[in-house]
Amino acid sequence: MLANQIGYYSLILGLLLSVLLCGVSIKDFNKTNKQINQNILSLSFLQLVFVIVSFLSLIISFINSDFSNETVFNNSHTTKPLFYKISGTWGNHEGSLLLWLLVLTLFIFLFLIKSREQPKKYRILTLLFQQIIIIGFFLFVLMTSNPFNYLFPTPNEGLGLNPILQDPALAIHPPILYLGYVGTSIIFSSSLAAVTQNYILKQWGQHIKKWVLVSWIFLTIGIMLGSIWAYYELGWGGFWFWDPVENVSLMPWLTLTALLHCVVVLERRAALTSWVVILSITTFTLSMCGTFLVRSGILNSVHTFANDPARGIFILIFLFALIVLSLGIFFTFHKENNKSSNNFFWLSRETSILINNWFMMYFLSVVLIGTVYPIFLDVISSEKISVGPPFYQKLIVPFLIPFLLFMSLGPRLKWIKSKIENKNSLIITFIISVMLTFFIIKNLTADLLFYTVLISAAFFLFFTTLKELFIKKFNNISQTVSHFGLSLLILSILFNNILSSEIITNIKIGERYDYNKGEIFFKKIEERKESNFNSIIASFEIKNKNGKTIELKPEIRIYNQPIIITSEADIRTTLLEDKFLVMNLVKGNEYFNIRYQVKPFMVWIWISVLLLSLGGLMSLFKRKI
Amino acid sequence: MYGKKVKLRFTFLALILASVILTVFLVLQSLKENVVYFQSPSEIKSLIELNKKKIRVGGMVKEQSVSINSDEVNFIITDFKNEINVVYSGSVPNLFAEGKGVVAEGFLKDKNYFTATKILAKHDENYMPPEVKEAIGDK
Repeated sequence: MLANQIGYYSLILGLLLSVLLCGVSIKDFNKTNKQINQNILSLSFLQLVFVIVSFLSLIISFINSDFSNETVFNNSHTTKPLFYKISGTWGNHEGSLLLWLLVLTLFIFLFLIKSREQPKKYRILTLLFQQIIIIGFFLFVLMTSNPFNYLFPTPNEGLGLNPILQDPALAIHPPILYLGYVGTSIIFSSSLAAVTQNYILKQWGQHIKKWVLVSWIFLTIGIMLGSIWAYYELGWGGFWFWDPVENVSLMPWLTLTALLHCVVVLERRAALTSWVVILSITTFTLSMCGTFLVRSGILNSVHTFANDPARGIFILIFLFALIVLSLGIFFTFHKENNKSSNNFFWLSRETSILINNWFMMYFLSVVLIGTVYPIFLDVISSEKISVGPPFYQKLIVPFLIPFLLFMSLGPRLKWIKSKIENKNSLIITFIISVMLTFFIIKNLTADLLFYTVLISAAFFLFFTTLKELFIKKFNNISQTVSHFGLSLLILSILFNNILSSEIITNIKIGERYDYNKGEIFFKKIEERKESNFNSIIASFEIKNKNGKTIELKPEIRIYNQPIIITSEADIRTTLLEDKFLVMNLVKGNEYFNIRYQVKPFMVWIWISVLLLSLGGLMSLFKRKI
Repeated sequence: MYGKKVKLRFTFLALILASVILTVFLVLQSLKENVVYFQSPSEIKSLIELNKKKIRVGGMVKEQSVSINSDEVNFIITDFKNEINVVYSGSVPNLFAEGKGVVAEGFLKDKNYFTATKILAKHDENYMPPEVKEAIGDK
């Protein structure tokens, strides 16, 4: 009750502070003092405090199961474990927007602290642009999705949280992903501020690179967490489905990766300035689009909390306003500096980074078209279609070959003008990669030529980066670690795809199922009662050809509030392979539907993504030379 | 005639243009091959010729129509005007049940028989795919 009121009024105070901040900073803008007015910093801090208070009071309402709060009523239940009561705070539309707002205000405050040595006008403008976004989100929360709506009479029990969201990985997935998404808002605001001040220079590159890295790391890990969750919770045994909701998180990642590479060029050579600004704008726009598509109910998924057209329209208008504003600023203020830095030889580090960007843009357009085209077609012709994984695989996988090759060579080039050094050792590495691949692939029943070329390219990158890691001839170890991570990721995904096997069958208790590589025995089921669900735990014995037996215990959970049945897969993970068994219930039937999968190198997919982000982390904390 | 710089810029532009055209062409081509259309049982009945391509069929699982044996699941999808028999071998999502909405992906054998390769999982009991809602006319 009380928490509700406090939360609501803090939000309104936060909004008022936004307006006040804009006023104060506009006044301060033309004053001659060198540093920004100390009041601005305090006000920004105060705003952050108000949003934190608001967020905490929502958490408290969730912990106390205060059902006079509509959000709590819709998404919580008294029997839910405490951990999921808390994570339920951002497991719904209203709460997750409050989290957006929290991260927005947190980041602008951090920006103000961390940018003391930057020009004053640039800092104030960044703050202004960021406040425009913040005001937009405040209005959005207060007008269309107030998390503190009051319910009277107070219901005795809540509706509960969708059980598939009651999961540790999913409890931290949204905050991490949001840190990545919202981090791009700082990049957006500050690049607009830098354009108006004609400050797209080396210093700005060094300063903004940190923010790009932070967003990139969080986005990478956020996507990975979602993917891990999908792997063990959705019961398909895959980790990436090219589902529109996954795609919208991949798109800003692609542009952010492109931006990360471009910022390096900017930092060293003050080149590619327009491109950096365009990428900054695009990245944030795509993050916003992601929020819009996911929240408006246009895309169907577990992320769609409510189909409220008013929300969709609000975000859409806000998004258009931001795009128009940013493009307007870009075209009015941006001047391409015609210095010598734009000239570089065709064989140089700059070219290789441009090539990286081309590939990123290509991948982006494939994902974008695959995601948006069905929506578009539905609107103009009301034909319902879906674009499946083959579309993406066909268009992306072949292009990985040149991409990987360029990636092995690019980092070896020098700025401005270069030639390829150590040709012999490169050629030897390449031959080793091809031969190794050939011997591996020969024993498998896969498309020989295509996979040999593809995997050779991946191995080539793998060995070249591995060699560099040990020789340390180039001091750029963070980059090498990331590139090594990517080669490992692609190798694991490819081998995982080629070598995976699965068995799907319907089976009764006590039955045996023989397949060409072994036998599955459905031993028994047990029932167990938990506070918020009943579960059926089955036990299966899986016998290999060589007589080795493992026992797997998949589970079916019947949640009481809301009444939903979920399957919990049992996964036996080793360094070489995952054994994955999931069981489904067919209502009113004695048969259980089971799916048994052997997925090689599964754990390496997660490890390699961690390596990828570790590279980013190392770059972030690298001492300036 | 033109300076070296202009020529270089020209080649650069041409290269970009060529790659953009190539991209668009590839994407459209692949889109044409890999798009899966959604149809209701009634729409299938009114087809003039059968398509060999993969489609999705959606509607309600008819009451009393599910039968299971060790390697197959048989059921009927209905939109309360027309219905279609579905044969499926594969894993069944938990929320698959008689009287509930369903989307099946696969191939038509004829206008009355559909071989499904996948039954799409839903995330939530109350949630109904908009396609299904439309197909059964907002019941």
